[in-house]
Amino acid sequence: MITEAVQERENYLNTSHGIKSWLLTKDHKRIALLYLHTITFFFFLGGIFATLIRLELLTPKGSLVSADTYSKLFTLHGVIMVFFFLIPSIPATLGNFFLPMMIGAKDLAFPRINLLSWYLLVIGGCFAMYAMLAGGVDTGWTFYVPYSSNYSNTYVIATGLGIFIAGFSSILTGLNFIVTVHRMRAPGMTWFRLPLFVWSNYATALIQVLGTPVIAITLVLLICERTLHIGVFDPARGGDPVLFQHLFWFYSHPAVYIMVLPGLGVISELVSVFAKKPVFGYKVVAFSSVAIAVLGFLVWGHHMFVSGQSVYAGLVFSFLSYFVAIPSAIKVFNWTATLHKGSISYATPMLYAFGFIGLFTVGGLTGLFVACLGVDVHVHDTYFVIAHFHYIMVGGTIMAYLGGLHYWWPKMSGRMYPEAWAKLSALVIYLGFNLTFFPQFILGYLGMPRRYWTYPDEFQVLHVMSTAGASVLAVGYLMPLVYFMWSLRYGRIAGPNPWGATGLEWQTPSPPPAHNFEETPVVTTEAYDYAALAAMEEAKVG
Amino acid sequence: MDSYIETPELREQFETPTQQKETSTLGMWIFLVTEIMFFGGLFLAYTIYRKEFATVFGLASSTLDAAIGAANTAVLICSSFTMVLAVRAAQIGSRKALIVFLILTILLGGIFLGVKAYEWNQKFEEHHVPGPAFYLEGVPPGGQGPAQLFFSLYFTMTGLHALHMLIGEGLMLFLLWHAYARKYTPSYYTPVDIGGLYWHFVDIVWIFLFPLLYLIARHQH
Repeated sequence: MITEAVQERENYLNTSHGIKSWLLTKDHKRIALLYLHTITFFFFLGGIFATLIRLELLTPKGSLVSADTYSKLFTLHGVIMVFFFLIPSIPATLGNFFLPMMIGAKDLAFPRINLLSWYLLVIGGCFAMYAMLAGGVDTGWTFYVPYSSNYSNTYVIATGLGIFIAGFSSILTGLNFIVTVHRMRAPGMTWFRLPLFVWSNYATALIQVLGTPVIAITLVLLICERTLHIGVFDPARGGDPVLFQHLFWFYSHPAVYIMVLPGLGVISELVSVFAKKPVFGYKVVAFSSVAIAVLGFLVWGHHMFVSGQSVYAGLVFSFLSYFVAIPSAIKVFNWTATLHKGSISYATPMLYAFGFIGLFTVGGLTGLFVACLGVDVHVHDTYFVIAHFHYIMVGGTIMAYLGGLHYWWPKMSGRMYPEAWAKLSALVIYLGFNLTFFPQFILGYLGMPRRYWTYPDEFQVLHVMSTAGASVLAVGYLMPLVYFMWSLRYGRIAGPNPWGATGLEWQTPSPPPAHNFEETPVVTTEAYDYAALAAMEEAKVG
Repeated sequence: MDSYIETPELREQFETPTQQKETSTLGMWIFLVTEIMFFGGLFLAYTIYRKEFATVFGLASSTLDAAIGAANTAVLICSSFTMVLAVRAAQIGSRKALIVFLILTILLGGIFLGVKAYEWNQKFEEHHVPGPAFYLEGVPPGGQGPAQLFFSLYFTMTGLHALHMLIGEGLMLFLLWHAYARKYTPSYYTPVDIGGLYWHFVDIVWIFLFPLLYLIARHQH
């Protein structure tokens, strides 16, 4: 079934063969695919834990698993999804593949470090899975002391080491991206001609480089506390457990933006190409990514409103948290303005983009609820918070990730995915997502605390709705897995530029040759200049 | 993995040697930024507890031997100087000088680590290692806990610094081996350059650790 055209031309997939050519590759495109396989595995592994959580919560009394097992389930769900899926998700796959291509480079600045960072993620993942198989870990993904340091009898150290090692993977990816954007741009590719996906990955990389070392030292201290009892977090020696929370959230709040900023970049690309218009207010959208990265470092204390933090610190953190809404809203408004009078096509990636904009808006606005001191006291540690961050992480990041994956799939594989199935999956995921998580806002507001395996009878209806939604969502996530694999063999040949997009990645064949471009491109137009693209196409035909 | 060092020509992702060198240097600078954030967590913990337990931290600090610490600081500053000379030697293509200065840097680094090991050993003999046997004379009642906290921070900070020194020694041995094999020329000595950046960074961390741990209470005596 594979047509000869695809087989004949040399590309990054057929330039060499065998397992060794993949495990020792320095090609950013192949490394992106290694990451794609790895994080897909972790996504479904985390999904299994989510499934078990939702099944347990079908009934008010614990009936499927014990309370201890339940604690391990939500911990492993969080650890796997946050550190081994969401953090690497878009940067390590789509970013790795397309950031060098979008700036007209042959590769990232440090190809061997890029490969190393994949190995580090895998090794970190092995530690986490060892912890899982040996008996699990029950501290929650936040590892709060003193429970994690003095009391928990589970595999805290192995899990912590896994996250520590995976953190280096994240740091090295960020470092590579920053250096690449600074030093590897093609002639004529100025900073303000960079596609917005590059801007958002650059901003993400800044957070990875500045934030991740702090979680690294936090985990070192936690492991020292657990093994050597150094006392840094132990009140018996004058240590302060709240210091752990400060250090933890100094990374883990910006980490939210590591997870969502690349998604915002994907949506900027999608909205532009499927409305066939340049992104409205390009510079403002570019700077809003940097603004989110900077503000992200100033708001960690809003996780600690009820941790005994001083009221004045709480006031300042609350105030600053509202500021994050400004660059976020700029993006949403500018996307809307881009759509205005655009020639909109409702291809699958655009459906995901619409889904993203809606869900991200709900997630962002409920973020303002929890940033408000008074309201947070009521909803803190309830399902309201769970629903809020799943609207950002799942409704935001995963929608953008899937939208981007559909959009760039023709470039990565050379073949189109089946459009009808893909549209159906976008719809199923959107409906399933809302059915899963909207009831959790209500549950949380009514007082259902997070991390409990049992609840009063009156909450059951909402929990059953949520579990029903989760099963719909699971079907929605399995569909792309199946049809993407199907398309590798039976998909329609895509051609170099199936969407009529302007980025440099579309000016080279699909799949791209090993060195991305036949010759180094020279950039003469702004980003998203569809008129120039049309003129160029016309000149070619003429 | 060494193919590019044997033939110092351009690696395939770059257009010019200048671009290659600037890229490597920027990469090292950004790595050093991550190191600052990494040590930053410890400096934060130190600052908080130092403020909270100023008296006990002062007492604990004055048990450290400032003379030994000062001598060791001098050793480390000298090693930074020989490192600079090594980079200079690579720049002007003097292989012999490069080898000599790298060896001197390694030796000075070794002396520093040796002295550090001696100091650590002293702590064990003086019961200044946090744990059941810990005892610090002269602290007010209830001060044994915070005093242990001081020594916990002392061991964590100097320990992580020593670990970075060990990695630096490894890097220097690698550079020495390649210098011996004539792999560096005036047109290609980037590894010496960025190895030097790392070495200086580790020195600078010590320049902050020394006053915070050894000198902080000197004015009281």
